[in-house]
Amino acid sequence: MNTFFDSAATAFSLITSLDPLLAGIVGRSLAVSVLACLLACSAGLLLGAWLGVARFRGRAVVLALLNTALALPSVVVGLVVYLLLSRSGPLGFLGWLFSFKAMVLAQTILVLPVVTALVRQTIDDAERSHGEQFASLGARGFMRSLILLWDERHALLTVLVAAFGRAVSEVGAVMVVGGNIEGFTRVMTTAIALETSKGDLPLALALGMVLLGVVLLLNGLMALVRRWRERLDDPLPDLDAALAAAPVARGASS
Amino acid sequence: MTLLFDLQAVGVQFGRVQALRGCNLRIQAGERLALVGSNGSGKSTLLRTLHGLVKPDQGQFQVDARTRQAMLFQRPYMLRASVLHNVALGLWLSSVPWKLARAQALQALERVGLADLAGRHAKALSGGQQQRVALARAWALKAEVLLLDEPTSSLDPAAKREVERLMAEFADDGMTLIFSSHNLGQVKRLASRVVYLEQGRLVADLPTAAFFNGPLPEAADNFLKGEFG
Repeated sequence: MNTFFDSAATAFSLITSLDPLLAGIVGRSLAVSVLACLLACSAGLLLGAWLGVARFRGRAVVLALLNTALALPSVVVGLVVYLLLSRSGPLGFLGWLFSFKAMVLAQTILVLPVVTALVRQTIDDAERSHGEQFASLGARGFMRSLILLWDERHALLTVLVAAFGRAVSEVGAVMVVGGNIEGFTRVMTTAIALETSKGDLPLALALGMVLLGVVLLLNGLMALVRRWRERLDDPLPDLDAALAAAPVARGASS
Repeated sequence: MTLLFDLQAVGVQFGRVQALRGCNLRIQAGERLALVGSNGSGKSTLLRTLHGLVKPDQGQFQVDARTRQAMLFQRPYMLRASVLHNVALGLWLSSVPWKLARAQALQALERVGLADLAGRHAKALSGGQQQRVALARAWALKAEVLLLDEPTSSLDPAAKREVERLMAEFADDGMTLIFSSHNLGQVKRLASRVVYLEQGRLVADLPTAAFFNGPLPEAADNFLKGEFG
């Protein structure tokens, strides 16, 4: 227990003193995940919205494949990206292996199905519920997807936050394609794995605390978005109607 | 009179359900046509077919493509945006530049008496006000044909009267009204012609006075007795 509390105390002081090594790893980790999410979202939002409205032969197969991709193990993504970027691979000429770019690419591939599938589900539900009314106004096909996408923007914020959570907390893919090189490709999750194996528990614990803090912040953000949505969608009850009904209620109870 | 819709033996099927069967119907410009019948009789499917949202599986369907149409649904959907933007969207989708669309939307809101609520969040409006916003959308689009699917079924009496008044005014301005309703009083007040549907078939197609006073096919007669008896 002493080891745990000593490590926790040292970890806490590393965080509060903004240790340069810790800050570097955290900054890199957030940069990789934010970039990956931006790339995945720019493609996933449009693709998911289109899939939510489009009806074509073979759609069920595409959706089944998409849902399967949701459960992609991150090490498998890492392996595929590794093979693509390795010297003898089709993208070997880029020279990205064991670089920041390789980690962004791996996380983008990992997060893209999450964004696409969740957006597809949200837009599909909206299309079934009221897509016909927009079609009636003249919004055909992809235009209707874009309108529904905009209209569901609050729900989609939750999707974006969930995607970032998935990216920032994965370890397998970035470990394989990044190589966990100190000062270059070491991120929070790979550093936690390494420092734990080396026995440097305070740094591992400090990184773990920061990671937990980031996830906690994201969850708080999601809760705020949800509350904001509820306030917009369910306006305050009509006070006039409530007051008009009050004497009747009093009469009934007496 | 201009013929707007011409349906000959039109049928619509949803999976195993035959929603419309052998429908023959001709609708001229300026008519006020009411569709009545019990739930599941095919009123909504017929309206959606006329509006082009549902493609017929059988028969021939001809529509004057130049006619501008708008449709009102039982529960109009409001975008998560202001009332003004909800009306302007319809115009923008019909290629009106956004700035002009906003100006025309405001005029349309004035027409339905909601200009003072233009900046309000549309979802915060009451059911009756939302239906009036939907009417403003139709008016802004200069629709010549207005299709309404039970437009007042979920409204309180005051909101119902207001929507009915606007429907009557639009019709007086020359708009063709085609609406479905369970409210036979409303049908009497607004319609010039009544079509009765049962199990996807057009059972009766009569001028309003003849529908309520004259002899009817048994099914339609039973429906009326059920409503009034």
